[in-house]
Amino acid sequence: MALLDFASPPVSSQAAAAPRDTLLRRLLRRPSAVVGLIFFALIIAMAASADIVYPDDPLDMVAQPFLWPGQDAAYPLGTDMLGRDIASGIFHGARVSLLIGAVATLVSLVIGVTTGAVSGYYGGRLDAGLMRVTELFQTVPPFLFALAIVAILQPSIPTITFAIGITAWPSLARLVRAEVLKLRHGEMVAASIALGASDGRIILLHILPNTLAPVIVSASILVASAILTESSLAFLGLGDPNVVSWGGMVGAGREVLRTDWYVATLPGLAIVAAVLALNLLGDGLNDALNPKGARR
Amino acid sequence: MARYLKRSLGQIAFVIIGIAVINFFLLRLAPGDAAQVMAGEAGSATPEYMAALRQQFGLDQPLYVQFLSYLKNVLTLNLGYSFRQGMPVSELIALRLPATLLLMGTSIAFAVSVGGTLGFLAARHAGRLADTVISSVALVFYATPVFWIGVMLVVVFSVLLDWLPVGGMASIESGLTGLGYAADVAQHLILPALTLGLFYLAIYTRLMRASMLEVYGQDFVRTARAKGVRPRRIALRHVLRNALLPIVTTLGVQLGSILGGAILVETVFAWPGLGRLAFEALFQRDLNLLLGILFCSSVVVVFVNLAVDLAYTVLDPRIELS
Repeated sequence: MALLDFASPPVSSQAAAAPRDTLLRRLLRRPSAVVGLIFFALIIAMAASADIVYPDDPLDMVAQPFLWPGQDAAYPLGTDMLGRDIASGIFHGARVSLLIGAVATLVSLVIGVTTGAVSGYYGGRLDAGLMRVTELFQTVPPFLFALAIVAILQPSIPTITFAIGITAWPSLARLVRAEVLKLRHGEMVAASIALGASDGRIILLHILPNTLAPVIVSASILVASAILTESSLAFLGLGDPNVVSWGGMVGAGREVLRTDWYVATLPGLAIVAAVLALNLLGDGLNDALNPKGARR
Repeated sequence: MARYLKRSLGQIAFVIIGIAVINFFLLRLAPGDAAQVMAGEAGSATPEYMAALRQQFGLDQPLYVQFLSYLKNVLTLNLGYSFRQGMPVSELIALRLPATLLLMGTSIAFAVSVGGTLGFLAARHAGRLADTVISSVALVFYATPVFWIGVMLVVVFSVLLDWLPVGGMASIESGLTGLGYAADVAQHLILPALTLGLFYLAIYTRLMRASMLEVYGQDFVRTARAKGVRPRRIALRHVLRNALLPIVTTLGVQLGSILGGAILVETVFAWPGLGRLAFEALFQRDLNLLLGILFCSSVVVVFVNLAVDLAYTVLDPRIELS
């Protein structure tokens, strides 16, 4: 869902040049950002260790069905109606969520940054045309759009990633365009033109690096919303059938909601943790990269 | 104003044609030719109908001719026939739209009023306990998937407490009419509207808080303070009024996303609206119906955004549409 639209804050562009260690230190001064970092690290650790901690296929039946959490120490989070280990599903699901979230964001970044940069730099008719297309993509309800694409192309990790990426870029394009417009007629660009730099060089080496701060903040929010979209698609049965997905686990757990509500509850908590972590991180980055905005 | 309307009509035309283009290519991406997709899975349409469809859509014609005939059909609201549902697509959509609008309207009203109030309170007490609590709660709801909120509300209020119905829009056997029926629908509406509303409540809380703080930093607020205007009056008359505009903007921008959320909520609660229809179409692989819904909901978004633009001028007379 287009969470980004209001979450793309007007971050000052100059702060990006600050050295990396001070950025991290600034981030660590904010308790909420620290919480976000810890959660995020935990989820990355889960994704990385999934094959070591739970080497078996999480879709395999390993124990008797409907073991409640805590009932059997070997299955701390219990098993679902098919006797699949829920903890294993959550570990492996972290992998799928992060992968799709990251790659889909990359797709959005490529489309959004290119569109925004070209649009803002060249202006005129090209800008008007590109912005019309951006508006068009903003008008089509993004989730419904992604749903239609996945339904038509058949659900698999690549098609889901593509569908999320192709529907999430417009807000990014607008953000980058606005940033580029701020710099386009500044002295820095004028100097580069006077020195005979090519358009490509000016955009890639001079303008885009200065838009990095707000783009990084938006990207972390975009990953969060991509994870939400992926889990929503999987919940509706549009997940890759060969891998386990948090949203798919919630969807499956719905059938036994009356008696065994933990099956649908636990994977949902994992989604909340992941999305919350990325949002906290995004907020923290925004404050850290934008000291002027932190007036509270 | 006339110039504005003319320009926005041009924009609407562009968007509608653009969506038709997207739909056309999505249909072509589907396995099988468009006639097969239009007719749903094999076996649900007669060979005569398939032949008629191929002729109607001119599938033996060059691509641009195909597109033009598709466009003609879309513009005359001939979105095809759903064999699975036994009804023309446009009629199906018209039948289901009111339920979705009721759900969305209730959720938005809830989210804007409660979220706005919470954001207002958080901004007035910025940095203090009330602000921390409100902001944290908003952040958590903002990170919670809509469908999971729905499932959890069902667990608590329908399964454990047995206060509210699990799903549907009205009790089937009751045969209620008039006010009784309205009360019945309202009771069924509570959980779905709450589910959809909570996510957007978080958005409007955050937005209202940020927007209020932004206005608090402006010169005219300092002037008002210097004049000795009471803080309460500053908050209500000076800050709130100016902070409302971004809320209206976001409402327009978010509409498409709220529609997406409605699909999930309607699926969880078997609410008989457009989203539920999209889910059924998905399940039955009735791709043409799905694309018809995509088209119609985009058109709804376009027109609501037009309405939002017009609402601007009422809210803020300084804004002129040109």
